[in-house]
Amino acid sequence: MLSEIVFWVLAVVAIAAGVAVFRVDSMARATYALAASFVAVGLALLLLDLQFLGVMTVLMMVMEMAIMAIYMIMFMGMNPALMPMSMVHGKRPALLVSIGTFVVLAAGAVLVPWPTRRGAPAADLVTSLGEAVMHSKMLVMLTVSPVLFATIVAALVLALPRGRYDRLGPELRHRSRHGRADR
Amino acid sequence: MTVTQVSAGWVPLAAALLLTVATAAAALDGVLAARSAGRPLSGGLLTPAAETARLFRQRRRTTIAADLPLQRIGGAGLLTAALLMVVVVPFGRWTVADMAVGVVWFNALDVLLWAALWLAGWGPNSVHPLVAGHRFLAQALSYELPLMFALTTPAVAAGSLRLGDLVAAQAGLWFMVWMPVAFVVFCAGVVAFSAWGPFSAALGSGAAGGVLAESAGVDRWLVTAGRYALLTAGSAFGVTAFLGGGHGPLLPAWLWVLVKTSLLLAVLVALRRRLPVVRPERLAVPAWLVVLPLVLLQLLVVSVVVVARG
Amino acid sequence: MTLETVLLVAAALFSIGLYGAISQQVVVMVMMGLELMLNGVVLAAAGFWWFLSPAPDGQVLLLVVLTAMTVEMAMGFAVATLLHRSKQSDMTDMATDLAQ
Repeated sequence: MLSEIVFWVLAVVAIAAGVAVFRVDSMARATYALAASFVAVGLALLLLDLQFLGVMTVLMMVMEMAIMAIYMIMFMGMNPALMPMSMVHGKRPALLVSIGTFVVLAAGAVLVPWPTRRGAPAADLVTSLGEAVMHSKMLVMLTVSPVLFATIVAALVLALPRGRYDRLGPELRHRSRHGRADR
Repeated sequence: MTVTQVSAGWVPLAAALLLTVATAAAALDGVLAARSAGRPLSGGLLTPAAETARLFRQRRRTTIAADLPLQRIGGAGLLTAALLMVVVVPFGRWTVADMAVGVVWFNALDVLLWAALWLAGWGPNSVHPLVAGHRFLAQALSYELPLMFALTTPAVAAGSLRLGDLVAAQAGLWFMVWMPVAFVVFCAGVVAFSAWGPFSAALGSGAAGGVLAESAGVDRWLVTAGRYALLTAGSAFGVTAFLGGGHGPLLPAWLWVLVKTSLLLAVLVALRRRLPVVRPERLAVPAWLVVLPLVLLQLLVVSVVVVARG
Repeated sequence: MTLETVLLVAAALFSIGLYGAISQQVVVMVMMGLELMLNGVVLAAAGFWWFLSPAPDGQVLLLVVLTAMTVEMAMGFAVATLLHRSKQSDMTDMATDLAQ
């Protein structure tokens, strides 16, 4: 009963925060509304006994949104305090498409005769996840890690204007004062 | 020693305990301040009470076009995170929430501070807090990864993310003894996420008080108290993860936790007057090129030991 | 809390995200839309896992979704930085100029 109430509160928070992302006037509020939506979903995962993944979702997404807020402010190019912003194109078709999607998905969710539950969750879900990752599903992790590494390298290559060779000279000798780049 | 989960009725007591120890930390800081200023030490001892009385009577300050909701959320975030952190820390034989992922829980809450301090800086719509909020994020980018791997190390050694198991695994030898690097990095991480001592650039005089530049009254109290509470919660977690938790001779387990936490906390508080403030941008290079590899090496050593022991 | 309700909430999150991803002009806002869609996917996957087949393998799938989100964000930020530097702009409409 209690978990029922908690779930509905979290669901309302998640959806309301999700709507707020595209409705509020401030970029900081938009970003942290998204963070709130993620936190609500992360806590909802705790209700489904997915402790590790739930807490992990909260951890990653709050971190990501904290950085996201900086990017929003950096790139939006306007006084970000509380300025009305509407930067949308094709609002009506987008609305139609998304409502259509919701109707289809919701119809699927309600109308499909879902099978009954097979099997029971392991006694210690965290351990079982760890064992799955390190045993039967190890290939997944072996794929994920190079992908993540490639992401780091690729993102740095794309985003960095100048490498350390530009900053410190060909021999990496020029120690700039304050560790800051010389222009 | 098994850890039992107490009923929710004990939560206020746990919160009161955290605040009491945090108050003691504030008193210690007051004494140290009084000593370095040559004032009578008894006056320093009363600093927490005097500050609380002063701030509670003071009016809140609002700036023009401030984002008040975000500012308030950010300001209250520090204390909230500290309270939620100690929820998983076993106090001797008892714990409020015996979570299977206690270590990750602690980690998630310290990440919440990224948001809290930045929001507290963003809210007032004022230059210095804004700059300071960004400074904290820049610093967070440096300390977070070493802290994460420092947290991973005891979990690997104990083979569990549950704090009760961490304590049980230290029955013979404290983790601090054979993972000193992880312990030191963890303590630095605690100091950093509390924006304390050498890592207090976000709240320092270098930016006119930083995040606190525009806050007064209850708002200011919340952030100040929140920092002490964070240091306390961090110390309590450090004691559990590295210093053997409730293990010790003669005294009962809960008293050992209290004694060890107080000692670690005292050291962290005293650091404030010993070390200069590091600018966040100068932290990045040592953090990523020196500390992170060191912690990874520590993790590797611990993993090898764990595998070798079977 | 049944599978249907969890899926309904997930569908709502997904649709809101889709609206944002289609309609927003700024790269970072588009990314927020995508994130919200993935948020719905995470919730739906968790619901399927719990109510249909709570085997450990399902959790791995969720872990992969979380990884996908990380990769998407990292690349998104990098591309946004690149766009911003080369064009002094971050509107998706103007990114089509890069094709020329």
